[in-house]
Amino acid sequence: MSDVNRGRRQFIGWGAAALGGLTLAPGVMLFAPAQARAPEEAASSRVRWGLLIDTTQCDGCTACIEACRRENHVAAPSRKTDPQWIRKVELKDLRSGKTHSAPVMCQHCEHPPCVDVCPTGASFKRADGIVLVDRHICIGCRYCMMACPYKARSFVHEALTDQNPDVPRGKGCVESCTLCVHRVDRGRNPACVEACAAAGRNAIVFGDLNDPNSEIAKRVATYASTQIRADLGLNPGVRYQGI
Amino acid sequence: MSAIALREIEGRSAGYYGLLAGLGLIMLLGLGSAYTMEEHGHVVTGMDNQIVWGMPHVFAVFLIVAASGALNVASIASVFGKTEYKPLSPLSGLLALALLAGGLMVLVLDLGRPDRLVVAMTHYNFKSIFAWNVFLYNGFFVIVGAYLWAMMDYTGTRYVRAAGMAAFLWRLILTTGTGSIFGFLAARQAYDSALLAPMFIVFSLAYGTAIFLLTLIAACRGAGRELGDALLKRLRGLLAVFVAASLYFVAVFHVTNLYITQHDGFERFLLLEGGVHTFLFWTVQVGIGGAAPLVLLLHPALNARRGALVLASALVVIGGLAQMYVTIIGGQAYPLVLFPGMQETSGFYDGQVHGYAPSLPETMLGLSGIAVALLIVAVSVKMLRFLPERLADTAGEH
Amino acid sequence: MIVALTVAAAATAAYADAGRVPTPKIVIEKGGKCVEDVAVMRRNHMEFLKHQRDDTMRRGIRSTKHSLQQCIDCHASRKTGSVVGSNENFCQSCHAYAAVKLDCFECHSTKPKAAAAAGTAVAKGNP
Repeated sequence: MSDVNRGRRQFIGWGAAALGGLTLAPGVMLFAPAQARAPEEAASSRVRWGLLIDTTQCDGCTACIEACRRENHVAAPSRKTDPQWIRKVELKDLRSGKTHSAPVMCQHCEHPPCVDVCPTGASFKRADGIVLVDRHICIGCRYCMMACPYKARSFVHEALTDQNPDVPRGKGCVESCTLCVHRVDRGRNPACVEACAAAGRNAIVFGDLNDPNSEIAKRVATYASTQIRADLGLNPGVRYQGI
Repeated sequence: MSAIALREIEGRSAGYYGLLAGLGLIMLLGLGSAYTMEEHGHVVTGMDNQIVWGMPHVFAVFLIVAASGALNVASIASVFGKTEYKPLSPLSGLLALALLAGGLMVLVLDLGRPDRLVVAMTHYNFKSIFAWNVFLYNGFFVIVGAYLWAMMDYTGTRYVRAAGMAAFLWRLILTTGTGSIFGFLAARQAYDSALLAPMFIVFSLAYGTAIFLLTLIAACRGAGRELGDALLKRLRGLLAVFVAASLYFVAVFHVTNLYITQHDGFERFLLLEGGVHTFLFWTVQVGIGGAAPLVLLLHPALNARRGALVLASALVVIGGLAQMYVTIIGGQAYPLVLFPGMQETSGFYDGQVHGYAPSLPETMLGLSGIAVALLIVAVSVKMLRFLPERLADTAGEH
Repeated sequence: MIVALTVAAAATAAYADAGRVPTPKIVIEKGGKCVEDVAVMRRNHMEFLKHQRDDTMRRGIRSTKHSLQQCIDCHASRKTGSVVGSNENFCQSCHAYAAVKLDCFECHSTKPKAAAAAGTAVAKGNP
C-alpha cells in the first residue's frame, strides 16, 4: 500500500474514532485504537500496544475476568490445572496496611523471558509488542512458564472443545493473554478493557504507547505509573497506576 | 602394561534374563504411563499451572546430569593419562550414553506434544539455552559414540586421546547447559544463579561415579568377573572427593542466598519451614546423600569393605534424586513475588506455597528412564566387548 | 502424488471392485466456487493454510481468502455444523481416506464462526 493510501486510511480512521467517541452513550468512554489496519496489512513496529491499569478505580469487581473468559472461551477455573489468563491479585501493604486490587495478565514485555527461553521459537513477540504462543510449533515443554516472572502463562492439561474460532487453544500447549489480538487487529479494544468501561470503572486503558496523542501515552506521560518487577528490566507493556 | 582383554558377557543365566524382564517391565509401565499422559493430557499428573515441572523432570535432569558424570572414568584414562582406568573406559562411555538416552526419553515423553519432537529438532531459537541443550545432547551421542569406536576398534586407537578430550570438554559444556536451564531463570528466587552451572558439574561427578561403581560391581558379580580392591579403592577416594565438593557447593549456594536479604524468604522456606522440602534437603540430600556416604567412604573401620562402598554409592544416588526434587519442585513451590513488600492473594494461588502430589503415571515414567538406561547397558555388554575379563589387582600391572 | 490423486478421483469404481477402501463421498452443501480451482485446492490446500496461518499469527494479516475459518464457514456440514466428527464431514472424509493425521482441530474450532459465536450468547448480550 502506498503511503498516501495509508495516510488516507488513517485519516478516515481518526474521523471514525472521533465520531464514535461523540456518539457513545454517556458514562461509557471507549478509547478505540485509532489505527484500525486493513486486513491485509501487517502489524507495525511503529505501534506498541499496552494497557494502563488504574488500581484506584479497581475494587472487588471481576468484570474483566468474566469478559476474558467469555471472549476467549476459557472456562471458569475450579482446579489447579485450569488455565487462567487474567486474575485479580489482592494486595496489602505489609507496613501501611493499604490494600489494592490489581488485575494481572500477560504483561507483554518488550524483552519477554518466555520468548528468550522458548526452544522452538513458539513464544514470540509481534511487531506491535503483543506476546503470543505459536501453538503450531509449541511442544509443551513449559520452560516459558518457568521463566515468566508474572505467572501469566497456563498449560492446557486436557482436551478442549468449543473454542472461539478466533481464539484457537488446545491440549498440550502453553497459552496466555493475547491482548485480544483478534479484536485489536480489527480495531476493537480487548474484552477486559471494554467490560471494565461497561462496568463504569474505566480502570483499564488500552492503546498505543508509541503514539504521543493516545490516551494511554498521555496518561503515562502525566502520572506516575509502575511496572510489575520493574527491577528485571523487561519493560512490560502493561503499567499500573496507584500502587 | 599387559593388555586386559574385554569380552562380552555370557548372558545366558536365569538371573540375566530375569534382569532384562524386570527392567523391560518397568520400561513398558513407563511407556504406558506416557501414553496415558498423552491421551488424557497432563491432568492425570500431579503437575499443574503452579508446579509446572514435576517428577519426570526430577528423574530426567538427574539422569542427564549423571550421564555426563559417568564419563569420568573414561576421561581419567584418556585425558589425564591414568592407564589403570583404561579397561573400564568403554563401560564408562556406554553408561554415559545409556543414562542420557534414559533421561531424554523421560523428558521427551513428558512434553505436552511429544508427537512434535521433530519440531524441536527443526525449529531452533538460539537465544534459548534449551535449544542449545538439544545440540549438546545430540553432540554428546555423536562424540561419545566416536570415542567408544576409537576405544573399541583397533583401527581407532590413535584417535582415542583426541576423542577422549573432545568428549571431556563436551560433557563439561553439556552440564553447564543443564545447570543453566535453571541458572538463567532470573525471575525465580530458587534459581537465578551462575553457581548452578558449576554446581551441577560437581553433582554430575558424584552421581556419575556412584552409578558407575554400582554398575561395575553388579556387572562383575553377575558375569563372574574378578574385580580387585585396588581399583575400587581409587574410585572410592574419588567419590569421597566429589561428594564433599557437592556439599561445599550446596553450602556456598545457600549461604550466598542467605546474605541477600531479598532471598531470605525462600531460604527460610527451604531450610526451616518447607515441610517435605526441608526434610528432603536436610535429611535425604545432605544427611543420607552427603554426610552418610562420606562416613562410609572415609571411616577407617568401614572403608575397606566393598559393602560400604556399594551402600555409599546407592546413598549418593538417593541423595541426588532428593537434591533434584528440592531444586526443581522446591524451587517452584515457593511463590513468585510480584509485588515486594505486599501480601498477595488471588484465585491463581499467588502468595502461597504450592503443594505437589506426584501421581503414579508421572513417577512411573520417571522410573522407566532409569530402567531404560540399565536395559541399554545390560543388553550392550552382552552384544559387544565392554566389560574386562578380569580386573584382579594383579591384572594389568606394570 | 498428482497421479495418485487423479487415479483416485477417476477410477473409483475399479478400486471399489477390487475391495479397496471406497473413495470418500464429498458433500458440499453450499453452492458456488471455491477460492481456488478444486484440483489446486486438493493438492495445495495445506500449503495455502500454512502460509495464511503464519501471516495471520505472526504478522497480524487477517485477509480471509486462504483462512481456515473461511474453509469451515463454507464446508461445515449443515446437519452437524462441523467439518469433522464423521467420515461424512468435509475435512475428515478425505483425511480418513488418505490416512493423513488432521491436527488442526486439537486447537481450532470445527464450527463456522457464526455458529460458534452463538454458543457464547452471554458475550454478545454484554453492552
